[in-house]
Amino acid sequence: MGSLIKNKTVQADDNLAFLSLEEYLDSGERAQAVWLDADEEVEGIADFLEEIPAIALNFPAFSDGRAYSNAAILRRHYKFSGEIRAIGDVRLDQLEQMVRCGFDAFELAEGQNPEKALAMIEGFSFSYQQTVDREPLFRKRA
Amino acid sequence: MYLYDEYDQKLVDERVDQYRDQTNRFLAGELSADEFQHLRLRNGLYIQRLAPMLRIAVPYGMLSSKQLRKLAHITRHYDRGYAHFTTRQNVQLNWPKLEEVPDILAELATVEMHAIQTSGNCIRNVTSDQYAGVAPDEIEDSRPWAELIRQWSTFHPEFNWLPRKFKIAVTGAEGDRAAVQVHDIGVRILKVDGQTRFEVLAGGGLGRTPVIAPVIKQNLEPEHLLTYLEAILRVYNRYGRRDNKYKARIKILVRAMTPEVFAEKVEAEWVHLKDGPATLTQAEIDRVKKHFTTPPYEDLEDHVPAVDDLLADNSGFGNWVKQNVKAHRQPGYVSVNLAMKQTGIAPGDVTDEQLEIIADLAEEYSFGEVRVTHEQNVTLADVPKKSLHDLWSKLVDAELASPNLGLLTDIICCPGGDYCSLANAKSIPVAEAIQRKFDDLDYLHDLGDLDINISGCMNACGHHHVGNIGILGVDKKGEEFYQVSIGGSGYEDASLAKILGPSFAQDEIPTVIQKLVDVHLAHRQGEERFIDTYRRLGIDPYKEAVYATWEV
Repeated sequence: MGSLIKNKTVQADDNLAFLSLEEYLDSGERAQAVWLDADEEVEGIADFLEEIPAIALNFPAFSDGRAYSNAAILRRHYKFSGEIRAIGDVRLDQLEQMVRCGFDAFELAEGQNPEKALAMIEGFSFSYQQTVDREPLFRKRA
Repeated sequence: MYLYDEYDQKLVDERVDQYRDQTNRFLAGELSADEFQHLRLRNGLYIQRLAPMLRIAVPYGMLSSKQLRKLAHITRHYDRGYAHFTTRQNVQLNWPKLEEVPDILAELATVEMHAIQTSGNCIRNVTSDQYAGVAPDEIEDSRPWAELIRQWSTFHPEFNWLPRKFKIAVTGAEGDRAAVQVHDIGVRILKVDGQTRFEVLAGGGLGRTPVIAPVIKQNLEPEHLLTYLEAILRVYNRYGRRDNKYKARIKILVRAMTPEVFAEKVEAEWVHLKDGPATLTQAEIDRVKKHFTTPPYEDLEDHVPAVDDLLADNSGFGNWVKQNVKAHRQPGYVSVNLAMKQTGIAPGDVTDEQLEIIADLAEEYSFGEVRVTHEQNVTLADVPKKSLHDLWSKLVDAELASPNLGLLTDIICCPGGDYCSLANAKSIPVAEAIQRKFDDLDYLHDLGDLDINISGCMNACGHHHVGNIGILGVDKKGEEFYQVSIGGSGYEDASLAKILGPSFAQDEIPTVIQKLVDVHLAHRQGEERFIDTYRRLGIDPYKEAVYATWEV
């Protein structure tokens, strides 16, 4: 496993245990961390979001963009305020897009340089469109 | 045209730095070839058969003289002195060096240009009508809306890794010159009780499975355009197929769900976004619109005897005016098309010197702006009619006065097997063979409008499905063959061409075209277009004529 980045610093593995969606739904215990694969919908845990401390969203491949939408929906539609962690094939050049969509923790893929990750995480100075952390640029221009 | 402010400029500059860093990391071995492939594609850089190919974005086809001169400089300094206009209003360089691409981008950024999202599975360059703002049949100028969509889609963090590429086209006229029915999303601008409204189409496309897009939303108010597009993209990003790249375009999803269910899904998503912070403000709409005001036209007479009197005869000038010059909404002005279709030159190719000449002529005759068309031609949109003869003489000298716009020899053609590593077959030599066979201009003018579209493979960059005659390169046991179809149209009467029958060898194609044209000439009523005669007759007479002499 690669490095963990949280709060814009490199951290030691926090050993947070994420249940799979199936395990989570079977367990009956709602205040647990859960991970979703790219084809699993956040709507499936919508009723429990107030109790869930952290949600990990898996990138089976860096070119699979579904988890960005899952994260954006969690933050924007459900106002989820817990941690959203990117797991799986998480690479440097995707970090900025993940931040804009609401991820705030990143388990980097093997071999990805964590120091470089910190330097790249902010990305572009502005965003044309509305993102989880930014108003659309046109509101700034006005 | 749209001019960058400090924000637009900073983003493009930052992108140059970002891409330079990506290139350096690749060259240093820190990025794998696979990862870099995805990153460079999002910047329009393909690795082709012979060399890299760089696709430069020309948003909705608008270029200034300054930009044309910069492109000329880049082709001369970094490439082999020519560039290529594409079927999506962009410009391609065929021979850049991978390690010099960041420098090319830095040069482009100085004239407000870039190569952002010209390839890859993301939202591509937005296309529109080459006569936007000047067409007599225009309802509303589509360019401000295309620019708003361009900005919204640029670096959209959620939609950079879609199941497949995604193309949006906008039209604001009665005639559809943007092919909105064969795009992933098509936007039609309408007026309802004097108010601007949009009709949104989704799930059209060409490629392996050609589909005419259904309308999924009517009467959309302008301030909701971007939130509605976002809802469509989110549904597609989540549910579009990712297991098979040939079934990954939105058209497959819309068809599988049915357009009605897809539209409901989009509505359900849109509920969350509508009236939110991404809702367009009137201030922003006005800010973008003020870049597309009418140029300072002179008060001119519409009737110009020196031009009008020459139309009747078949002089070189008269033929050119009849075919290449289009009506304009401003009295005394016209739009002039430069058909980049000289026989013997790959369709859409342009030399560095021609780029500079076009830049000069645009400055002299058309307020310093041109438009690239999806037919791979160039339009000077605002030319005083009284200057037509002067302009024509200069175009003749520059070999830019082919009077064949819209005619059989104005062939739309992808780069094909000569350049592209995806192609099954060459397309440029086929276009040339057809142009050589049909070299009698009077005959071509008599024949009238006839679109031939050639694609070297199923990806359909030459849009063969919407050609009146479409030609598709296919691979049969390692040999190059060509499948011919007829009856397609990419305009407001959009239709998909039907396959004529078994495919042909390359050298048979000009004869096949001749036989199809013969059927047309034998049956047409009056000045009827090829497509209209076909629609009246059906495919059988064409089939019989073509295959009667071939044993198949």
